[in-house]
Amino acid sequence: MSDQNESSMEAPEGEKSGFSRVGSLLMRLLREQTLVVIFIFVIIGMGISSPVFLTQRNLLNVVLQTSMVGIMACGMTMLILMADIDLSVGSVAAFSGIVAAKLQVQQGWSTLPAVLVALVSCFCLGIIVGVIVSKLGVHSFVATLGLLSVARGFALILSNANPISGLSRSFNYLGQGKIGAIPLPVLLMFGIFAVTWFFLTQTGFGRGLYAIGGNKEAARLSGIPVDRYRILVFGVCSTLAGLAGLILAGRVNSGQPIAMQGAELDVIASVIIGGTSLYGGRGGIGKTLIGSLILGILRNGMNLIGVTPYWQRVFIGVLIVVTVILDRIQHRHET
Amino acid sequence: MSEEDGRTILRMAGIVKQFPGVLALDHVDFDLCKGEVHVLVGENGAGKSTLIKIISGAYRKDEGEIELSGRPTEIHNPRHAQTLGIATVYQEFNLVPFLSVAENIFLGHQLRKEGPFRLLDKAGMRAEARRLLQSLSIDINPRTPVRELGVAQKQMVEIAKACSLEAKILIFDEPTATLSFKEIDRLFQIIGRLKADGIGIIYISHRLEEVFKVGDRITVMRNGRYIATRRPDEVSTAELVEMMIGRKIDEAFRFQERAIGQEVLRIDNLSGKRFRDVSLVVREGEIVGLAGLIGAGRTEVLRGIFAADKTASGTVYLRGRPHRPKDPRQSIRSRIALLPEDRKKHGLILCRSVEENISVASLPSFSRFGVLNKARIARKAKQLVANLDIKTPSLRQAVIFLSGGNQQKVIIARWLTAESDVILFDEPTRGIDVGAKQEVYRLMHELASAGKGVLVVSSEIPELLRTCDRIYVMHEGRIKAEFENRNLSSDKILHAAFGRAVS
Repeated sequence: MSDQNESSMEAPEGEKSGFSRVGSLLMRLLREQTLVVIFIFVIIGMGISSPVFLTQRNLLNVVLQTSMVGIMACGMTMLILMADIDLSVGSVAAFSGIVAAKLQVQQGWSTLPAVLVALVSCFCLGIIVGVIVSKLGVHSFVATLGLLSVARGFALILSNANPISGLSRSFNYLGQGKIGAIPLPVLLMFGIFAVTWFFLTQTGFGRGLYAIGGNKEAARLSGIPVDRYRILVFGVCSTLAGLAGLILAGRVNSGQPIAMQGAELDVIASVIIGGTSLYGGRGGIGKTLIGSLILGILRNGMNLIGVTPYWQRVFIGVLIVVTVILDRIQHRHET
Repeated sequence: MSEEDGRTILRMAGIVKQFPGVLALDHVDFDLCKGEVHVLVGENGAGKSTLIKIISGAYRKDEGEIELSGRPTEIHNPRHAQTLGIATVYQEFNLVPFLSVAENIFLGHQLRKEGPFRLLDKAGMRAEARRLLQSLSIDINPRTPVRELGVAQKQMVEIAKACSLEAKILIFDEPTATLSFKEIDRLFQIIGRLKADGIGIIYISHRLEEVFKVGDRITVMRNGRYIATRRPDEVSTAELVEMMIGRKIDEAFRFQERAIGQEVLRIDNLSGKRFRDVSLVVREGEIVGLAGLIGAGRTEVLRGIFAADKTASGTVYLRGRPHRPKDPRQSIRSRIALLPEDRKKHGLILCRSVEENISVASLPSFSRFGVLNKARIARKAKQLVANLDIKTPSLRQAVIFLSGGNQQKVIIARWLTAESDVILFDEPTRGIDVGAKQEVYRLMHELASAGKGVLVVSSEIPELLRTCDRIYVMHEGRIKAEFENRNLSSDKILHAAFGRAVS
């Protein structure tokens, strides 16, 4: 963005030696593209730590495992850009898997209608939260905290707290299918990222989200239909969570009522590590893609090295805070 | 220019302050005597705030000397400045809303009881606060939570806070921007009190009429340099302005006559929460002003026309056709524009770029099937930045980094992009320096000449007298008077604003 207050105090280019010229170029790169640098650093680090990491099979595995969180992170990015948040994505994902599985296994529905009903019900849940947040003025943290519980409760009730197994082959294709060598979930993730990118950068609706996050009242006074946009984005976010839940169900051939517990934290972490500001108005979907990949790579890499899940949590927690600190330093001249 | 040395409590010589790329202070001299009000004037960027921040310890000087009461001193940081007896009353108050007046006055230096636990002596602080407030003739109960106080009262608490620190130097930065006439008089009375107690006051203001009323000496700065110091009785406003901007401007200059045409905007008996039965007309080619005291309901009328707030009853006519927008979106589609009073809070999206802020109200017109034509947006923004002379390093610059005047121009550019027909200005030159003010007036004139309806709310009567063809005056939610701007004096407007019958 702006470097007005960060003008260089270094010697003019011609006076430096080759070595320090590379050095100052690297410093500038580090400052402006911190995220990409961290990404490369992480990949190199993991590559060095484990011989298995950089194999095609493992890399595909990493992206596959990241795909569900990645899909949810698209919706979450749009919400966080508006300075909202959704704590319920994990529960809604599980709820979605249960609804579709129940319709198929217990009611004999075929895959497409079951999946559609699941997605539509997630959309409705999102819309309800959106209305509560925008028309009743409830903070999104609180409203989605409520949905977190409600959706999980519905999932447990509908399934009687047991997994519902035995999905059809077409359903399982969602989670296990491949096109060529590439798993379907990975293609879906990249597809959804691409669509979200286009939406956020090329459409009036998308740019409007940035305006709402930057200054909600100014956006309203500029004619942006703030309430309508917020409600719709909550709907989309829940629907994407529902899709992720269906993919998971397809992968494990069953609807699991306790699936995706705590997934919201990974989803939010992906967005934050990517550099989108929780205060709204700044950030982007490309960053979220890198953020979710960094998270996925770290988890995978640490598994390969043999770091226990407990230490993994420590590292990831530290990473989240460090990236936000770096972001604050970079943007310290703004409000 | 200097007083007897025994009375000088602050002397600064050859002060230099450098920021990356900017020489903010270029060997500036300044001094302050006991019991005087020394006013600092200059455009934004002249260096006034920087100088003040060095005195209050927020910045460290790069070169130069500071003497306090004749003793050479270094001011290390704000807390150190406090112990040296320097206190600042900022525009944005440093008060804690949920604590009481007494607790706020003693924030950071609470009185404590004797005894092993050094507990807070709340009763003692309340009593001392009461004594302080009374000595300044301020009538506020020290138990009151600060959030219940009005803006002017909060300022008085800030002053009391400074006095509790036994400040010998008090700095006021734009203290009257949000005060009503009565409150400004109160403030000046308190300043008189402080002067009598021997406190030296440094006063920054853009409002030149005030500067003459309250100042004992006036120092002009420009581009980081000290220009001159004068007494109020030995300089005129025009000379001051000339020194501030470095060239002559014709204060009496009125833009050429504009042809008056059809009705553009008419409101009939519009009523809302803070105003009742307001009717007014704006025609093509006219600039119409809306005057009144703070709280008279002027901003509410503009917001009501724009549908930013709901209105209870009444009709708005645009070029003769009735019109009842339900929200700003519909107003914008009907080509009405609003420049809000608080441009940072309600107007600008600070973290976004110049280009985005200019295009944000017109996104539908730049889209086809929802997809934006980014090239067209960039072209339009570039054209407007050039036409309005908006000073910015690039279109991508976040608007938070622009000066007040340029920020206001960005908002004007926004409404030009939206091809607005009726433009409602709410305090358009608040916080903008003299040079930029002229540019805003010129833009208003051009808009009116182009046949748009221009309605201006302003608390600066001289500004209205200079720019408007007609002025309505509001008082407690109603229109009290309507004047043609021919042989119109401030007095007539003020009388109406106070609700007194106009002869």
